[in-house]
Amino acid sequence: MSTIVSLPDQSTATLPKKNYINAEHGLLSWLLTADHKRIALLYMFSITFFFFIGGFFAGMVRLELLTPAGDLMAADTYNKMFTMHGIVMIFLFLVPSVPATLGNFFLPIMIGAKDLAFPKINLLSWYLYMAAGIFVITTLVLGGVDTGWTFTTPLSTHYLNTHVATTATGIFIAGFSSIFTGLNFIVTVHRMRAPGMTWFRLPLFVWSNYAASVLMVLGTPVLAIAIVLVALERTIGIGVFDPTKGGDPLLFQHLFWFYSHPAVYIMILPGFGVISEVVSTFTRKRVFGYTAVAFSSVAIAVFGFFVWAHHMFIMGVSNYSALVFSLLTMLVAVPSAIKIFNWAFTMQKGSITFETPMLYVFGFIGLFTIGGLTGVFLGSLGMDVMLTETYFVVAHFHFVMVGGMLMAFLAGIHFWWPKMTGRMYPEGVSKFAAVVTFIGFILTFFPQFVVGYLGMPRRYAAYPAEYQVLNVLSTAGATVLGVGYMLPLFYLAWSLKYGAIAGANPWQATGLEWQIQSPPLTENFIETPIVTQEAYDYEWLAKKQERELQHVG
Amino acid sequence: MQISPVLWQFLTKWLTSSALWPDQASTIAPWADALYIFLWLMTVVGVILVGALVLFFAIRYRKERHPEAVQIEGSTLLEATWTIIPLGIFLFVFVWGAWLYFRIYNPPADAMQVYVVGKQWMWKAEHPGGQHEINALHVPTGRPVQLTMISQDVFHSYSIPAFRVKREVIPGRYTTVWFNATKPGTYHLFCTQYCGTLHSGMIGEITVMDPADYQKWTEESTSGMSLAQNGERLFASLGCISCHSGNATASGPSLAGVYGSKIKMDDGTEQVATDGFLRDVILNPSQHVPYGYKPIMPTYQGQISEEGLIDLVEYIKGLKTNYRVQQTLDTSKSDDAAPITPVASQKVTQ
Repeated sequence: MSTIVSLPDQSTATLPKKNYINAEHGLLSWLLTADHKRIALLYMFSITFFFFIGGFFAGMVRLELLTPAGDLMAADTYNKMFTMHGIVMIFLFLVPSVPATLGNFFLPIMIGAKDLAFPKINLLSWYLYMAAGIFVITTLVLGGVDTGWTFTTPLSTHYLNTHVATTATGIFIAGFSSIFTGLNFIVTVHRMRAPGMTWFRLPLFVWSNYAASVLMVLGTPVLAIAIVLVALERTIGIGVFDPTKGGDPLLFQHLFWFYSHPAVYIMILPGFGVISEVVSTFTRKRVFGYTAVAFSSVAIAVFGFFVWAHHMFIMGVSNYSALVFSLLTMLVAVPSAIKIFNWAFTMQKGSITFETPMLYVFGFIGLFTIGGLTGVFLGSLGMDVMLTETYFVVAHFHFVMVGGMLMAFLAGIHFWWPKMTGRMYPEGVSKFAAVVTFIGFILTFFPQFVVGYLGMPRRYAAYPAEYQVLNVLSTAGATVLGVGYMLPLFYLAWSLKYGAIAGANPWQATGLEWQIQSPPLTENFIETPIVTQEAYDYEWLAKKQERELQHVG
Repeated sequence: MQISPVLWQFLTKWLTSSALWPDQASTIAPWADALYIFLWLMTVVGVILVGALVLFFAIRYRKERHPEAVQIEGSTLLEATWTIIPLGIFLFVFVWGAWLYFRIYNPPADAMQVYVVGKQWMWKAEHPGGQHEINALHVPTGRPVQLTMISQDVFHSYSIPAFRVKREVIPGRYTTVWFNATKPGTYHLFCTQYCGTLHSGMIGEITVMDPADYQKWTEESTSGMSLAQNGERLFASLGCISCHSGNATASGPSLAGVYGSKIKMDDGTEQVATDGFLRDVILNPSQHVPYGYKPIMPTYQGQISEEGLIDLVEYIKGLKTNYRVQQTLDTSKSDDAAPITPVASQKVTQ
């Protein structure tokens, strides 16, 4: 039996007198904080800032592509635009977004801990992130970089006079930021769980962040090595990637993709965690096949390390190694398929409501299914020959990353906003924004599948005229999408002052984070909780609420 | 292709005549399109399946109709189903894709050879007869053409969407791609690997001609010197001839017949003298000392352009007769590699 507890009376409700936001005052109390929740907010503001910088570059790219001639900007300006778009979005937005904001805020609370295992390292990782951001911004001020986010050698080492070293330093530092976050999460999950919080009582958000952390810690050092080698090659010409000195330019590809393919899972796995939480809450059901969903995260993390060469099918890897990497790529697609069906079946016999986070989940499921299945096109050897390096690839990874990851991030932000701020966002306008985002997204990226198969290469400032119609559609869609992203910026800011008071558990969710006040106290829990129930146990929640009501009565 | 020929004709005719489909101008194109159509069917079915499930549950189990959620653990049977079925489909796609890949990258033995050098920012094509083209390539219909490609600076990628082929062009090593054009016309040639400022300007045109027209074009556009003749001149002017004269007293091995043969090396290994190997010996001779010779050959690194290296190798090729041997080494089953298109197979039955 579930008891529905109504929201507190709006006229009299106030935020809790003491919480993590008003615990201390002054700029320094934020800049020197060791509270994971405050650090999460620092991350959230800086990540949002970089998201809109990256979005600005995306807008410039789409504007240039409105006409077939490269008439809006010079070719090298265009190249700098898409390079900055890629670098900012991947290293400063997608990789840290969910783990560093939502993960930082909720992972400790969800396992009943007072903070992460290393609060000061957590703060350090934010400073590293900001330092990385400053290097990237510096590059912009100095005149940009035009390597593309993939830094392909020997282009990046011998043929460009732009600020490769500055950007590379930024990415190197950003890498350490995510290694520290990953380490912090792993140790926290292993050592700081509350009594009774066994591995199989962990919320799926914790599982997926844990899996992503393992990828971060193991994969990022390889990127760091590749970046250092590029820097050494540029400055003192060591020649590891230079064929005239006996080096091999393909070596860079191996090193780079050994990180950058798993990085895709670093980006998407935490998003999967958000989706699991939201689906469960708004269907009021335990996630269908909890164990399978948890293990599929781990499976993705493990397999994610063995598929990097599928970026190199046409680059002269031997036919037989292409065969192996194609097979492994097909295998890594399976755990994602499992999750999609698990989420769908979680809805079966649920009691479903359609708040904004749930709308984003619907968007996520639709777009991620398309994104995932079009990934199979690229994993399939013969098809990849035609599609790779065209707009088909661009469409595919934007479906996964923007349609998947960003939808999950927005779902998560809306879902946990009441907990983080103590106030509700306005439901009507936020639903509208979710729909606008979805429509804008489809319009932007679907035409790119078509233009990709027609053969339009990626990273082109000018293109043959027959591709124009599809490009105009795509640019129009990007405009709609831009509006969809701006809206939350405004109404969420509005809600900070005028939003309804949320109360402890506005969604009637089961997670430990919803059993404490909103916004939480600095130390999260007054006393360490003892966990007796599995994650997503709604019967336990109903009983608990009944007890509390009787107590009040 | 198990699909009915009539339906197939209709599908391809309808699709290829729309602006949403690229030209089908090589023997590979119909095969690639078949897989592409299959993959979209898979995607559409998958999305409809997931969409219908979600929509059905969302309507059937919305809170107003279904206020009490029923807790379900999960179901091993269901989970096994949606693990095994996608796995089966993906493995099927893997096999199909691999089969197509081998078809795309295994050239038939009798392919006509063209060399391509990629550089910032142009494609330079060289026909063995000495015809040079920039950002263009003329090829005849109905004849396999193999491109041997190398980059002079950064990665480029040679892409012909109408032929459904593409191959990375890499500094320091030869890569190859082949096609058999079926339809006269001009088609786009793109560089698809980002290669610096004028990347998007590195567009060219592939002109496919009837064999007779092609013959005419070859005769009109020849420079008078074949690649091998250029190579011969280089061979003399660089002084190669003084050591590789073929005399018994010469300090270097004779090069006659060396192309495509197995060479015993000083370190005990055996190497096949391919294009790439010969190029590498000229640039890094100290790493490739043949058995019985002293490591005295100087390096020519930095002294010969990629075009010059192609000329030299073409000349050395001409110093032998076992051309077929090399081709057979490249292609284990040369007969399999020349595919029969669905269209062509219908013609046979008619």
